[in-house]
Amino acid sequence: MPLVTVTVDGIKYEQQCEPRLLLVHLLRERLGKTGTPIGCDTSNCGACTVLLDGKSVKSCSVLAVQADGSDVVTIEGLASNGSLHPMQQAFHEEHALQCGYCTPGMVMAAIDILRDDPDPSEEAIREGLEGNLCRCTGYCNIVRAVRRGAQEMSKADRAVNTP
Amino acid sequence: MSELDAGLIAEQIEVTGEQKQNGHEVGRARRRKEDARLLTGRTQWTDNIQLPGLLHVAFLRSPMAHARIGRVDVSGALELPGVVAAFSGRDFAAEQGSLPCAWPVSEDIVIPDHPAMAVDEVRYVGEAVACVIATDRYQAADALEAIEVDWEPLPPVLDMNDALAEGSPKVHEAGNRAYTWKLGVGDIDAAFRDAPVVVDRTYVQQRLIPTAMEPRAVVATTDGESFTLWSATQIPHVLRVMLALTTGIPEHRLRVIAPDVGGGFGSKLQVTAEEVLCLLLTRKLGKPVKWTESRSEGNLTVHHGRDQIQHVSLAAEADGRIRGVRVELLADMGAYLMLITPGVPLLGALMYNGIYKMDAYDFSCTGVFTTKMPTDAYRGAGRPEATYAIERLMDELAHELKIDPIEVRRRNWIKHEEFPYTTIVGLEYDSGNYEAATDRALSLFGYDKLRAEQADRRDRGDPVQLGIGVSTFTEMCGIAPSRALGGLNYGAGGWEHASVRVLPTGKVEVVTGSSAHGQGHETAWSQIVADSLGVPYEDVSVLHGDTAISHKGMDTYGSRSLVVGGMALLAACDKVKDKARKVAAHALECSPDDLEFVQGAFRVKGTGAQKTIQEVALATFTAHDLPDGVEPRLDSDATFDPQTFSFPHGTHLCAVEVDTETGLTKIRSYVAVDDVGKVVNPLIVEGQVHGGLAQGIAQALYEEAVYDAEGNLLTSTMADYLLPSAADLPDFVTDRTETPATTNPLGVKGVGEAGTIASTPAVVNAVVDALRPYGVRDIQMPCTPERVWRALQ
Repeated sequence: MPLVTVTVDGIKYEQQCEPRLLLVHLLRERLGKTGTPIGCDTSNCGACTVLLDGKSVKSCSVLAVQADGSDVVTIEGLASNGSLHPMQQAFHEEHALQCGYCTPGMVMAAIDILRDDPDPSEEAIREGLEGNLCRCTGYCNIVRAVRRGAQEMSKADRAVNTP
Repeated sequence: MSELDAGLIAEQIEVTGEQKQNGHEVGRARRRKEDARLLTGRTQWTDNIQLPGLLHVAFLRSPMAHARIGRVDVSGALELPGVVAAFSGRDFAAEQGSLPCAWPVSEDIVIPDHPAMAVDEVRYVGEAVACVIATDRYQAADALEAIEVDWEPLPPVLDMNDALAEGSPKVHEAGNRAYTWKLGVGDIDAAFRDAPVVVDRTYVQQRLIPTAMEPRAVVATTDGESFTLWSATQIPHVLRVMLALTTGIPEHRLRVIAPDVGGGFGSKLQVTAEEVLCLLLTRKLGKPVKWTESRSEGNLTVHHGRDQIQHVSLAAEADGRIRGVRVELLADMGAYLMLITPGVPLLGALMYNGIYKMDAYDFSCTGVFTTKMPTDAYRGAGRPEATYAIERLMDELAHELKIDPIEVRRRNWIKHEEFPYTTIVGLEYDSGNYEAATDRALSLFGYDKLRAEQADRRDRGDPVQLGIGVSTFTEMCGIAPSRALGGLNYGAGGWEHASVRVLPTGKVEVVTGSSAHGQGHETAWSQIVADSLGVPYEDVSVLHGDTAISHKGMDTYGSRSLVVGGMALLAACDKVKDKARKVAAHALECSPDDLEFVQGAFRVKGTGAQKTIQEVALATFTAHDLPDGVEPRLDSDATFDPQTFSFPHGTHLCAVEVDTETGLTKIRSYVAVDDVGKVVNPLIVEGQVHGGLAQGIAQALYEEAVYDAEGNLLTSTMADYLLPSAADLPDFVTDRTETPATTNPLGVKGVGEAGTIASTPAVVNAVVDALRPYGVRDIQMPCTPERVWRALQ
């Protein structure tokens, strides 16, 4: 069985993996990273979205062996120094979650949208989140949260970049 | 909340000046307590649960809609690595019992035996026939392929009309008719005789797949004596009773836990084959077992919703006033009657009159067996179907009479000064103000301006036509008065329970029989208790969803939790205060009548002397100086059984642009003005409306479970069953009017299903309205581009 070395939320793991093992099952079943849930088996719902080397991927559609040597950030690795990531905080403020099952994937996908477009329009957010399904919120508050998160993140960036 | 969470989440609460002064929690847009764990990945989903020695279960499911089962050979599976056991339905025939139906709606109803794993015959694609138990979920899935089954195909039964025809193949030996249920009030024949206007239509409520985002999952374990079952369920309490009755495991040896549950929408209001079998497997093997469905497995085997053919007619005077409404339903039960399968259409039976006055009403429903997945409750459960029919008919009536659809409704609805009003079906609507909600909606929508634009586009022959849809709806929530349920032959009561405990340190622990799965009860219940006891919101925590902690309850469905459970909570708080008053009076050496309760303290009227409720709690803990006859500890519990239903209402307006060349419908604007009475948390209420709208719109435009001619489910994956994404839905304009319910102390009405119930007819009315100049009078849901385009040809 191949040996997979992967860093998840800042901790390095080495795991013998069957070649068919999905990244999401490595996270959930082997590493105890159950913050990333599974919502479908056809890569439609996006609940399992994580950042793989900084880019969002659906971890049900990546083999663990493909993540060898990579850096993975899950919803569990976002909060730091006792505070939520601005996008997590924005989801809280805007009531952008109800049952919360899609939320980990939704937050990770939202962060990824801002990589290319730090100030996305409502339309860009809706298009950008097309691969993440939510059954509770009707998306209105998720869109508002992503707008708010974007504003907070750019404020934080400005603060860092100001001498 | 843990210390970490308290640090993580910076509270930003919008508080009005008035609220600040009074310290009122009810009415505040509190951000939710639940969010901390949900946002940081520390949620306890059932599939997260790991136990030492946990085994994984996988089910072999029928590839045929209808077949007799010949030989089943599991021996091949047993030889594979990691496989611990494998069983067929025959191995469990003696112990699995029959999955329960709790709602035998008529005396002559046919309730077929429903084995958790099929024994002799399968009746829908996806029905479990065998299972494998292995040390790893991949190995369990692999081993299913080594099981051999000999099938003897039988003819599928897929169409309800065909199923009832003479000579149809039978789903069950007793035939394909499950029941017929009738209700008649007034002289319906007189209403239709010589009526100036009759609108007669047949609508089809397509079959839907509820699709909660969290797939079902079950974990079961035993120590040899007692059993614990975790399940992604809405109904831990009901489930415990039903599992005890089904499996014979004594109720007092069975604990059911619904940990964090990722949505339900009715789909987790069920007693499932997998829950029964996981219990039986852990009993047989002595090891903990887990089963988690794949989404494709779920599409096949989570109960479906809707699926009715509605033949509806309405008789009216020439001025549009309704004389009577007649409803004939065929309701597809699917292959078996599950927990409340036959009762779902009856929940709509009392709602076809909507908000309107009439002299006669006639309803009949025939439940029909087919070789498909059983249907059962899906968000709204009967009421969306009823509301769709009456609201579509009202638009058709307006068109027949050439009057505005708002005007035709005005001429028929119950006026605000007429409440309380007893409807034709005998329900007493306690309060409402349809005029106010409609006026508000019209103004937010810009109704007149949009009508002008519509006229302009029609005149110009614009290929993109504008349609305006109206839905003025009500629904019944607060399920339910136990006596009313008894009258409908339902197998349980409709009460709810709560416990309130003020702990020695003054913190408050609340136990509720409601079982939230996204609704935010931990937040809303804390707000209610904080106000009632005068304690800080942060000092209240809410426990739920575990029968060992919450020992009584009727769970969460039918927009009942606040209207019923919230009242149990208030009653428990009142009992706590009654006891605390006695203890405080004793300590303050005065009569209980001399005390007033203000901001969490009992004050002797006219003096400064007081005891806070926290001080009283400590005194009841030490119990050093309690008045005679008062027991230690400051806690209480209460059970509330409502006397009547509650009736939220609202006016929804939808504008669509329909491209007549491509058939594509785009929602341009959607205004929802809901009246859910008093509001505990406006943020949560708005969220419920938003989500409800999305699901109702999805029925109108996107979703449909499709079986082919052999009975295979074509929409068995998320790739085939079209759930709307953010890109498919508009921003919603929502607002509220507030006519308090008069039947409960908080004045609340329930909000969980309103959006779903109201929006489907609003959208379809809009699509049909856009296409009226082309002679279109109806489009079968979902109004896909292809269906719209075909309707135009």
